[in-house]
Amino acid sequence: MSFFKVESLGIRFGGVVAVDKVSFEVKRGECYTIIGPNGAGKTTIFNLIGLLYPATSGKIFFEDRELTNFSPHQVADLGIARTFQNIELFEHATVLQNLLIGRHRHRRTLLWQELLFTPSVRKAELAQREAVEKVIDFLDLAKVRDSLVAGLPYGVRKVVELGRALATEPKLLLLDEPSSGLNPEETDDMAFWIEDIKRHLGVTVLMVEHDMNLVSRVSDRVLALNLGSVIAEGTPVEVQSHPAVIEAYLGKAA
Amino acid sequence: MRFLFKTDYAQDLRLFQHGGQVFWYGLLTLLLLAAPFAVGEYMMSQLHFICIYSIVGLGLMLLVGFTGQISLGHAAFLAVGAYTEALLQARGVPFFVSLPSAALLSGALGWVLGLPALRLKGIYLAIATLAFNVIVEEVIARWEGLTGGNSGLHLKPIELFGMKFDGDASFYYLCLALTVLSILGLMNLLRSPTGRAFVAIRDSEISASCMGVNLATYKTMSFAISAALTGIGGALYAHKVSFISPEQFTLLQSIELVTIVILGGVGFIHGAVLGAAFLIVLPQLISIAKDYLPSNVAGSGLQAVVFGLVLITFIIFEPLGLYGRWLKVRTWFELFPFYRRGMFRRQKSYMKSERLR
Repeated sequence: MSFFKVESLGIRFGGVVAVDKVSFEVKRGECYTIIGPNGAGKTTIFNLIGLLYPATSGKIFFEDRELTNFSPHQVADLGIARTFQNIELFEHATVLQNLLIGRHRHRRTLLWQELLFTPSVRKAELAQREAVEKVIDFLDLAKVRDSLVAGLPYGVRKVVELGRALATEPKLLLLDEPSSGLNPEETDDMAFWIEDIKRHLGVTVLMVEHDMNLVSRVSDRVLALNLGSVIAEGTPVEVQSHPAVIEAYLGKAA
Repeated sequence: MRFLFKTDYAQDLRLFQHGGQVFWYGLLTLLLLAAPFAVGEYMMSQLHFICIYSIVGLGLMLLVGFTGQISLGHAAFLAVGAYTEALLQARGVPFFVSLPSAALLSGALGWVLGLPALRLKGIYLAIATLAFNVIVEEVIARWEGLTGGNSGLHLKPIELFGMKFDGDASFYYLCLALTVLSILGLMNLLRSPTGRAFVAIRDSEISASCMGVNLATYKTMSFAISAALTGIGGALYAHKVSFISPEQFTLLQSIELVTIVILGGVGFIHGAVLGAAFLIVLPQLISIAKDYLPSNVAGSGLQAVVFGLVLITFIIFEPLGLYGRWLKVRTWFELFPFYRRGMFRRQKSYMKSERLR
């Protein structure tokens, strides 16, 4: 049984082939990174996995279930969570409320119970809160717990978004450029957390990233894309020294 | 300044966060309960309207303020509630059945109106709901066999378990009780998963969806609950005015309802009640002011002009509404002398992900 597998995935927008016959497999417990120059189709692959775009061709399997048979909100129910490159938090809610939304897939209460706020709802809410507090401890977010997201600096928002994804208790975590917009120290923290997520929480990480330091530090395997197609796959060192990758980033020697 | 020390997760689930709130809301409740003994017939009538419009405002606040969907058609739900109540009462159905029926029928229609909302956004949704308002108004006017058409319907006072709610005080207590129940229900909803899902949809549909929120279910649910509350308001409204006809439920009425939400403060439960009170009190202030104005200014159009001006002024200078203004005043006193002008200014939001739809 494969954990997560993408088979000759493709999408075209009109005449533009954004992703072309991309296949790869992510093993349970590893950190798999997709790299590539701008416009290589990395984020598009994420959006295809999240079913935000309908794939033109190819299949996606998660724990041997074909993902395209589901609707977008069910992807989270299956155990796939993601973050966004440009941060999509609930701005006019507190950090705590944002993380609690992450618990949405674990809700067990009915509408009428919630309207009356029955003891079972209270109990469920307290349990959700405890789960969220674990994430808050893990990511050291206690000091901003009750702040509105709209007032937080960019670096903290990045962490809150990671926390919200973790609060869903995912099996597979999709991180879209976790270090973009972060200063070197924050990037360092992010690297620690990704390693911890992999080791201690046992969550498989699929990541899109540009910062090669971070990539080589945390990833087990790397996939390089250019113009929508796979150009290399292997360990970080192998991919970085692959001639096709160097050519894609730096151009051909004259 | 008050510092809240939290030692228990249950503390965040409380409806009242500290003793101060218990005291002030308790005092408010006492004053409201004592009101019939202290104020005259005219003020009682105003309080009836404030309660009724608060219930409607709460319904609309859930939709506009917490789910981020606009509706310019809520007068239609008010009409459905009012007519259901009138027709059922005429057929001898007791109030404890007819009121829930009014809520259910409005809610069902709200659910139907929620279906186009799945595909429409912003101004287009506003136009669709506006069309819905016109359709309902027209149907009521034309379906003379059922609704009496433009000649309208008369209602008798409410009778519940042998008690007649025909006096000012008894009807007031009924309205007040329903208002308080609506507020409590809404507060409960907002501290539960469903309410959080609504807020998630308001702030970012795409990430709500990625967190597992079924946009279709929750949007239609929000429309349905909002419409049901408005239907309850409509049923009470019908009893209050005791005569209903289609011209009470026009587009202008819908716009007045949206005004409640905007003036009160979008996204605050307090806002619905403050907005309703403001909407009822303002015409009285205008009519008082008319006595002191030259006769060529104090024409019949004055009220519309003042309403328009107030709405524009709020949107430009106080987008958070009356409740937002109160929060600022309170913070100013709490932090005196350290209040800064920019404290409530919303920070420019960072670039959002490319919009997918």
